[in-house]
Amino acid sequence: MKEVELNTTTINFGPQHPAAHGVLRLVVELEGEVVQRAEPHIGLLHRGTEKLIEYKTYLQAVPYFDRLDYVSPMCQEHAFALATENLLGINVPERAKYIRVIFAEITRILNHLLNIPAYAADIGAVTPFLWCFEEREKLLEFHEAVSGARFHAAYFRPGGVHQDMPEGMEEKLFEHFKTFPKFIDDLESLLTNNRILRQRSVDIGIISKSEAIEWGCSGPVLRSTGVAWDLRRSQPYDAYDQVDFEVPVGKKGDCFDRYLVRIEEMRQSISIINQCLNKIKSGPISVEDNKITPPKRNQMKKSMEALIHHFKLFTEGYRVPAGQIYSAVEAPKGEFGVYLVSDGSSKPYRCKIRAPGFAHLQTLDHLSKGHLMADIAAILGSLDIVFGEIDR
Amino acid sequence: MIKFLTKIDGINNVLENNNLLEIEFEKNNIIKIFNELRDNTELNFNQLLDITAVDYPSREFRFDLIYILQSLTKNKKIILKTFIKEKDNIESLTNIHKSADWYERECYDLFGIEFINHPDLRRIMTDYNFEGYPLRKDFPLTGHTEVRYDDLEKKVIYEPVKLTQEFRNFDSESPWEGMENKLFGDEKSTGEN
Repeated sequence: MKEVELNTTTINFGPQHPAAHGVLRLVVELEGEVVQRAEPHIGLLHRGTEKLIEYKTYLQAVPYFDRLDYVSPMCQEHAFALATENLLGINVPERAKYIRVIFAEITRILNHLLNIPAYAADIGAVTPFLWCFEEREKLLEFHEAVSGARFHAAYFRPGGVHQDMPEGMEEKLFEHFKTFPKFIDDLESLLTNNRILRQRSVDIGIISKSEAIEWGCSGPVLRSTGVAWDLRRSQPYDAYDQVDFEVPVGKKGDCFDRYLVRIEEMRQSISIINQCLNKIKSGPISVEDNKITPPKRNQMKKSMEALIHHFKLFTEGYRVPAGQIYSAVEAPKGEFGVYLVSDGSSKPYRCKIRAPGFAHLQTLDHLSKGHLMADIAAILGSLDIVFGEIDR
Repeated sequence: MIKFLTKIDGINNVLENNNLLEIEFEKNNIIKIFNELRDNTELNFNQLLDITAVDYPSREFRFDLIYILQSLTKNKKIILKTFIKEKDNIESLTNIHKSADWYERECYDLFGIEFINHPDLRRIMTDYNFEGYPLRKDFPLTGHTEVRYDDLEKKVIYEPVKLTQEFRNFDSESPWEGMENKLFGDEKSTGEN
């Protein structure tokens, strides 16, 4: 038998590793320090969300979406709300649409404010992390003001949003986003022309246009390759067709481009929020059909019918006409979709969640081939991996 | 676009439902159909977004297998559906769409659907050495095993699930409208009698 000499070393990266962004187990085959093969083992955070949703009413399913990609909760509720509304055949009031867009964009900024410094921290910069967390905290206060929770908001519900923004919120948002662009400039002055950041990210983890499409990439990963594809633009939902914004694209599709795309997206988000604040008018925030949204508390004290509606909604829930729908939103990480099958009862028959990170992580082997071991941390960081949504 | 779709062999049913195309196809023609969908310049469905299944245990063709495709040039999404039996298998799409790799692994893991010619069909979501297919309707929500750390054996051990409280799945469904909007004696008021 012929003897074959193997010069490769196989190492086990994770599942407990600070640069693995959660519980990723990566089996890496190295030749010297050069990566030959990187094989992700996922599923260590699998909680069976899809199975659980089959046993819950549509309203009870909403909080599960906060817990998928836990750094951009509201965008995922958005996808589920849109899917359910589509099957119900209802149209959300204008004000609810604007509120949703405002908070979807705040969520986008929140997500990028975590990803950018986490990425920078992976390749050696500590300060941005501290800076961005301060800003995140300010934005999370807005989350808290409308929903009562900083993260697990359960705010976008089928039929509209849970409650109206508190009085004076518009002005506060407006004031906040006056000063926020200055913060992005400061953050950029720390990172964009930083020599170390550039050395570690330019020309690392390049993915071409056609490859990105083939691998099912979306969001900043796809846009960094130069494809101007954004669901908010191409298949607008809610009030996105009422606002003007640019879709930033990269040129090479390397880690640095992905970073730049995210920075610019934050600026565009601010512009979208400002336009929405100018256009938003007072009015109802959810459909006024008590068969779908619960009646107001003060009505319940007086009206028997309102009380019955309340009771029925929170025990049985509403029934959704039989059918199937796939509806997707442009979540901060990419296309987040919900494929929903209803059999006409008050619980989803099947709810498949399409997580952008799942497709992105799949490209890791391809992206890291031929790079150094240390670059894997940079590539992982730039793909914006969060295990809540990948493992579901 | 519908015109071009109906021309493809093996496609049975084309439905347009609020900007979303829904199609049923024959599973034996899968490779040809997906090649055509991608390469036909009028269709150009170049991105495979997801593969999933829906389980209907009472049917002979137990699973609905769902493929979601997107065309970035035509700005269109399409849902393709095929029906397969429990012991059936289906050709893998990995040679046409690279992203099919993990999607098919996930589908195999959670539903037990076999994909032929898949380069590496292993479980992906569930635990190492997991048994059963969790998203089938006959798989219990609580699962079969639970894990805990055993202080004596100094390792994590697997045990059959013990529930301190019985699993309760309330059936709170009732006709939403309540009784029919007709009372005894109503017929008298309409003058039918």
